[in-house]
Amino acid sequence: MLKSWKSIEPYLLVTPQTLVFLLFLVFPIATIFIVSFWEFNGYSMTPGFTLENYRNIFTSQVSLATYLNTFKFVGLVWFFTLVIGFPVAYFLAFYIDSLRWQIILFLVCTIPFWTSNIIRMISWIPFLGREGLLNKLLIGIGLTEQPIDIFLFSDFAVVLAMVHLYTLFMIVPLFNSLMRIDRNLIAAAEDAGASGFQVFKEVILPLSLPGIAIGSIFVVTLTMGEFVTVRLMSGGQAASVGYLIRNQIGSLQYPLAAANAVILLIVTLAIIFAILRTIDIRKEL
Amino acid sequence: MITGTTQQTQAFSRPDVASVHAEGVVLRSLTKKYGSFVAVENINLDIPAGSYCCLLGPSGCGKTTTLRMIAGHEEATSGDIVIGDRRVNDLPPAKRNTAMVFQNYALFPHKTVRQNVEFGLKMRGVKVSDRAQRVNEMLEVVGLSQFGDRKPTMLSGGQQQRVALARALVTRPQVLLLDEPLSALDESLRVKTRGELRKLQRQFGMTFIQVTHAQDEAFSLADQIVVMDHGHIDQIGTPAEIFSTPASRFVARFVGDNNIFVGRVTHVTPDTQAALIQLEVDKLGTFLCRGQAADVGMTAACSVRADRMVLKPHTADSHTPNHIAVRIAAVEFTGYVTRVSLVLEATGEEALYKIRTEDWMAQPLQEGQSVVLGWSTEDCIFLSH
Repeated sequence: MLKSWKSIEPYLLVTPQTLVFLLFLVFPIATIFIVSFWEFNGYSMTPGFTLENYRNIFTSQVSLATYLNTFKFVGLVWFFTLVIGFPVAYFLAFYIDSLRWQIILFLVCTIPFWTSNIIRMISWIPFLGREGLLNKLLIGIGLTEQPIDIFLFSDFAVVLAMVHLYTLFMIVPLFNSLMRIDRNLIAAAEDAGASGFQVFKEVILPLSLPGIAIGSIFVVTLTMGEFVTVRLMSGGQAASVGYLIRNQIGSLQYPLAAANAVILLIVTLAIIFAILRTIDIRKEL
Repeated sequence: MITGTTQQTQAFSRPDVASVHAEGVVLRSLTKKYGSFVAVENINLDIPAGSYCCLLGPSGCGKTTTLRMIAGHEEATSGDIVIGDRRVNDLPPAKRNTAMVFQNYALFPHKTVRQNVEFGLKMRGVKVSDRAQRVNEMLEVVGLSQFGDRKPTMLSGGQQQRVALARALVTRPQVLLLDEPLSALDESLRVKTRGELRKLQRQFGMTFIQVTHAQDEAFSLADQIVVMDHGHIDQIGTPAEIFSTPASRFVARFVGDNNIFVGRVTHVTPDTQAALIQLEVDKLGTFLCRGQAADVGMTAACSVRADRMVLKPHTADSHTPNHIAVRIAAVEFTGYVTRVSLVLEATGEEALYKIRTEDWMAQPLQEGQSVVLGWSTEDCIFLSH
């Protein structure tokens, strides 16, 4: 009796987690996948199997443009989070010696998360708007005479808000990678005659690639599905696939939304797969 | 593995690889402070060109800091570092004609063995074709020709150590700096690699400066041993000098197997070579020893090597001038030598006696027995500090 209990114990331990995954991850995704093949006549959907939804997406100029716009956001946000995140992580890892100060400065990096998403984005308005602080400042120091409109409700605003939010997701894994670099490797490179730039190119950059990969996965997946930031910061003028899906749900076009969701999921997984194929992150886990 | 054995025999056997022009290293009043902590204090040292020098001491004695200052990986707070005839304090590591073998080797994990060895040449802008030839030559010297395309993590500790050596030697430095190069290896490999290091130093003729905490390593490798403690140099000498005439209590204790007695100088008789000194040790009596720099009244010590003592029963007819009553606490057979732990009857302190195993077998003394430990005045070395 005791023995059989021992043998089923591990299974019992993982059962709750398995049920949660099945119920809240596998089941919904399976549902979306199935619904994406259902028929839709503009008013109601009927169970069935049709590729019409997918055909619709791939032939529609609007949805293709939306996908391209999403990729543009992903590319820009990824680029800026990396370019901003790397120096920050590098500074924290190589210039801050005490753990205490590293923790304090990390807390500073998490400030964007101290308020709710909506409040944070509304707060951008008095800063970026026509009469906002930034325009006042630029006019005040004489850099411009007319207020600049593109700061708010624009692609610029969308990318800015997302970079502001997601840079931390790049900093943390990068910091982790950089902290694992044996300081003697840098001394060894210098000993062999490497310049500061060569140390970076030959030693630090290659050894931080796993951190870049993990950070990129975070940023790409988060940005791919974004719709709240896109909606609010563009003032409804820019589109992303996530926003498109939300609109389709709003107008009860469930099969079309489901097909978009499936495509978005596949594209995201493909990008992650490509990242993992290029960079071996195993030693980082 | 068959390749392993052939590689072992080939290792370090390329007499055709040209030796380099060696340079000596001179340290003058060298000091390193970290805030208020003094890691190295005012040390002076002359290391002749082409010699093998070992910086020996316990962890935290400043030996690694000294080595890193010579290499240029630590900045000296004050003092001069001179290599050849150049003061190198303000030069970057690569301009000092030194190369360093790091503790745990610091091999680039993302590069192959070949790329690791090639690194210094690449950074110096050596042509690709020349690089390949010199890397091949170097890999052959350390017996790793067939491992060039592997990553360091796929090699054994001993092989990684050879890669580190090859990487340091490929740029033909005039001074090679080694930071505990053998400490990560297991005992048998350590002894073998020790011999190979020495051979390599002879072959290339460059100056080797090695940091170690193991006295056997220093004894077997060095032409010159520098014993360090708390950021100071306690003694500089050949292995034989350090072993037979330690200059301080610390050195006597650190090089091992010395019995040290602390007392007060009561009488000094000047002599041609070394003064005859009377040392009064609390509860044990007065000992006679030889040495220098003794003043009547000062607190000092004397040291006797454990293998230079004699152990006799109480009933013996004659005793050496220095003798004390001891009890045999434990007898430890270690092979050629037997180590006998003693307890001083008067104080309860421990002492050590070493004797050839066959001589020990030939006498009747046993564990638990009370006996007399004696030693001659000539073997008793006076230590002023």
